[in-house]
Amino acid sequence: MQDAVTVITADNAPDRSQGGERLRVIWRNIFPFVVVGAIWEIIAWSGIFPRRLFPTLEEITTSFVNLTITGILPHHAIETVIRLLTGFALAAIIGVTIGVLMGRSRRAEDIFLPLVSIGAPIPGLAYAPLFLLWFGLGNLSSVLLVGFVSAFPIIFNSWTGVKAVKEIWVRSAQAMGADDRRLFRHVILPGALPYILTGMRLGLAQAWRILVAVEMLAAVPWGLGWLIFGARKFLNTDTMMAGIVVIALIGLALEKFVFQKIENYTVVRWGMISS
Amino acid sequence: MTEPGSRRRSLVRGTLSLLVAAAAYEALARSGYFAPALLPTLPTIAHTLFAGLADGSLIEHAAFTLYRVMFGFALAVVVGLPLGILMARFQSVQNFFLPLVSAMMPIPSFALVPLFMLWFGIGNLTTILIVFYAATFPMIFNTWSGVRSVNPIWLRAAGAMGADEHRLFWKVIIPGASPFIITGMRQAFLRAWIAVVGAEMIAASDWGLGWVIFDAKEFLNTDTMLASLIVIGIIGFVFERFVFGSLERTTVMRWGMVRATKG
Repeated sequence: MQDAVTVITADNAPDRSQGGERLRVIWRNIFPFVVVGAIWEIIAWSGIFPRRLFPTLEEITTSFVNLTITGILPHHAIETVIRLLTGFALAAIIGVTIGVLMGRSRRAEDIFLPLVSIGAPIPGLAYAPLFLLWFGLGNLSSVLLVGFVSAFPIIFNSWTGVKAVKEIWVRSAQAMGADDRRLFRHVILPGALPYILTGMRLGLAQAWRILVAVEMLAAVPWGLGWLIFGARKFLNTDTMMAGIVVIALIGLALEKFVFQKIENYTVVRWGMISS
Repeated sequence: MTEPGSRRRSLVRGTLSLLVAAAAYEALARSGYFAPALLPTLPTIAHTLFAGLADGSLIEHAAFTLYRVMFGFALAVVVGLPLGILMARFQSVQNFFLPLVSAMMPIPSFALVPLFMLWFGIGNLTTILIVFYAATFPMIFNTWSGVRSVNPIWLRAAGAMGADEHRLFWKVIIPGASPFIITGMRQAFLRAWIAVVGAEMIAASDWGLGWVIFDAKEFLNTDTMLASLIVIGIIGFVFERFVFGSLERTTVMRWGMVRATKG
């Protein structure tokens, strides 16, 4: 199947100009959204569902533009992103430290592994009410929870990464006279980095997935999760949809500009993934 | 250091670290520095846990949660698996669905909870749909990349040995893609498990472990919260270890495919 298709496109390619080909690709990517949008419009206009609950695309666009111009939507988005980054930074610092310690020292591994293994399988959100009781409603709880949840994949991956550094690299570095510090900086860290970055990627993805729900539960004053949740009370479905669109855009941006960049960077620079 | 000796030593250290953590918690709880309602002692938590298990309420909550997560997960497998296979086998299907899937995947499922609450009310339907939304995408993506990564040489070899489409599909493509499919199921279940707890908290009905935790917060029943947390952790652990672990052993490992997951 795959082969046949590539042959067909290869045959067609010379007839078309470069621009036509690009237009075709763009159209191919947009086409599904046009179809889904059209179905949405038809359902919205047909009146099967109340208009308040199922707004038309025009209404969603209008409220999106209005909220953006008045600065409400950007404010919510910025608060959410700041919360995400603060929580994630916390998780990265603590997670990498614990993970590397666990990988390097047998004693640290024995001490931390049972604790981490017990904490990891519980979905992070289940801790949310507990954190709310302990640290109160608002920013502190949500940032701490996001940090706590995203720390687990970072710990696990850093630990695996340090353990996966080939024994022979460590020994040859030592034979060539590297002291502990240089061994760590020039052998162990670069060797474990692809794993650590994978862990960070997973951690960030998890933080992002959970943050929206945390914002709904923790009643933070600003934030996209809160925007959506608050809009529900007033049946502002168009505002909710606008919020969801922004969330999707931020998620897409994280995926395209952060996760894929990290992956390319590690693959290209260290050539570690294939080995 | 002999192998059994070092094993025993790490076992001792592990137990010791758990004991120290428990003792530290207990000391903190009994110190009176924090309100006992917020930081119940370990015996209180154990008591609540066993009382909940004994009168069956905790078990019933767990049953509701399991029902929702399994329903949503099964739906995700039923939709995601064929869609992933179709996307990998037919270019036109891929052209249509890939942009949609890539655009919807980064939306956290919880963002849809308020919307679904308006559309479908609170309760089972909303929760199951949220679980379904959370679990479908890893299922689709992993199946898709699994089928595409089936070594073309195997396909050609099977074709040369006279396999028809039907047998090619069942004997080569499905086993070849199975490590990815099982990874997809694992990821899907993990996400479903997170989603069900969150959805139960927000779209509160009257049963379910997530709801118990959130409801207990209102009455400062921290012991109930921690007891349900333990149940949630145990169920998640059992699924991850035993269900998917044994699934992996009976399929992928028996077919000798496990190396493919790493490569």
